[in-house]
Amino acid sequence: MKFSKIVSVMFGMGVLCALPAQAAEYVVDQQNKTFVMNGKQVEKMSINQGDVIRFKNADTFFHNIFSLSETATFDVGSFPKGDSRTVKFEKKGKVDIECAIHPDMYLEVDVK
Amino acid sequence: MKLKMNKKMLMTVAVGAALLGAGGAAWAAKSDYLMPAAVPAPEDNATTPARVELGKNLFFDPRLSGSNWISCATCHNPALGWSDGLPTAIGHGMHTIARATPTVLNTAFNQFQFWDGRARSLEEQAVGPIQADGEMHQNMEELIKELSAIKGYVEMFEKAYPGQGITEETIGKAIAAFERTVIATDAPFDRWIKGDEKAISDSAKRGFDLFEGKARCSICHQKFNFTDDGFHNLGLKTDGQPDLGRYNVRKVKVLRGAFKTPTLRDVTLTAPYMHNGMYKTLEEVVDHYNRGGDDKTDLSPNMQPLNLTAQEKADLVAFMKSLTSIRPMQVTIPILPQ
Repeated sequence: MKFSKIVSVMFGMGVLCALPAQAAEYVVDQQNKTFVMNGKQVEKMSINQGDVIRFKNADTFFHNIFSLSETATFDVGSFPKGDSRTVKFEKKGKVDIECAIHPDMYLEVDVK
Repeated sequence: MKLKMNKKMLMTVAVGAALLGAGGAAWAAKSDYLMPAAVPAPEDNATTPARVELGKNLFFDPRLSGSNWISCATCHNPALGWSDGLPTAIGHGMHTIARATPTVLNTAFNQFQFWDGRARSLEEQAVGPIQADGEMHQNMEELIKELSAIKGYVEMFEKAYPGQGITEETIGKAIAAFERTVIATDAPFDRWIKGDEKAISDSAKRGFDLFEGKARCSICHQKFNFTDDGFHNLGLKTDGQPDLGRYNVRKVKVLRGAFKTPTLRDVTLTAPYMHNGMYKTLEEVVDHYNRGGDDKTDLSPNMQPLNLTAQEKADLVAFMKSLTSIRPMQVTIPILPQ
């Protein structure tokens, strides 16, 4: 897993805020028509509100990412090998994520 | 990177980005093309002889339709590759349906059923056309009454599903159990992939290389069942109202006009081709892909012109012909219970 703290909230005086205003970015590969994180297939994961998942296509053909969940509805379109798309999860709750082209690919994200 | 594989050489990027040696990788890839020894079945509907026998009777029984004239086998005719040889199916009242009859062959391995994947299981799929107005036009309650009045069926259901009775669920389960026996048998390609170099022609071998490489077929037609269980818009020319296909199930833009990738097993037995049956021959199908599709509206991003030569197109067809079972499954029509 690539885990990077990508957001730091700075106030006018240049002081790093101590409140939980940091978001994490997770990288999830689309590989062999599965979701893969840390080299292992992942079907469920938990993140915090405001976190970002970067979906990266590691297959030789196009993938898609979409969700029709009430918590988060999005369709990032289709993208080829090597490209990635990011999704920021703004609301708490369960989000079911699929690849429209290969609907066997499924990831449940629990946003806490 | 385009995946290029033949029997002598294969490159693959493995999980974790480890590059496997050619020998091991080639073996792994070849094994992907071998038909599995066992056919999967759901835990609550294990395949048993009693269930298969019941399902077979139901499959061939025209009394399952509202008219008592159309059976599952009317469209899924084993003599015609478990399809009907028509561009699109004809149902109740000689009503023409918008889509081609998909073969039953190897549907046991499908993750999604119907051209648009609206059923996740054969059990769910089997009871759909029975009740569809344009297909078998049957009322399920009426059907259960009719079957319950036939002593032979009462006994067969009790033997297959003890204590469960004759219900929509057990009807679907029995038909599904039978359909799981409709499996492709040994094809020349299988013999070649197992090491018999004489099993297919040089043209077919070149066709396989093209299938995996320049012709881009294996992007969707993957592994032993030659499908990715995915949905793609292939840019078929349509007259009138376009069929939105998978989009009717999932409202996602890439699925507009997208349909499930069909198996290529026994492909010479299942003409005509495509979800609307618009191509009579495999040569026409290859020409379509070579053009990169015709209607560019919502075209799959995987589609592109291929610039195949006449010889390459012939090689691809030769390869596809090698996927047909040498002795396709034979079926004996049952004498139905009265």
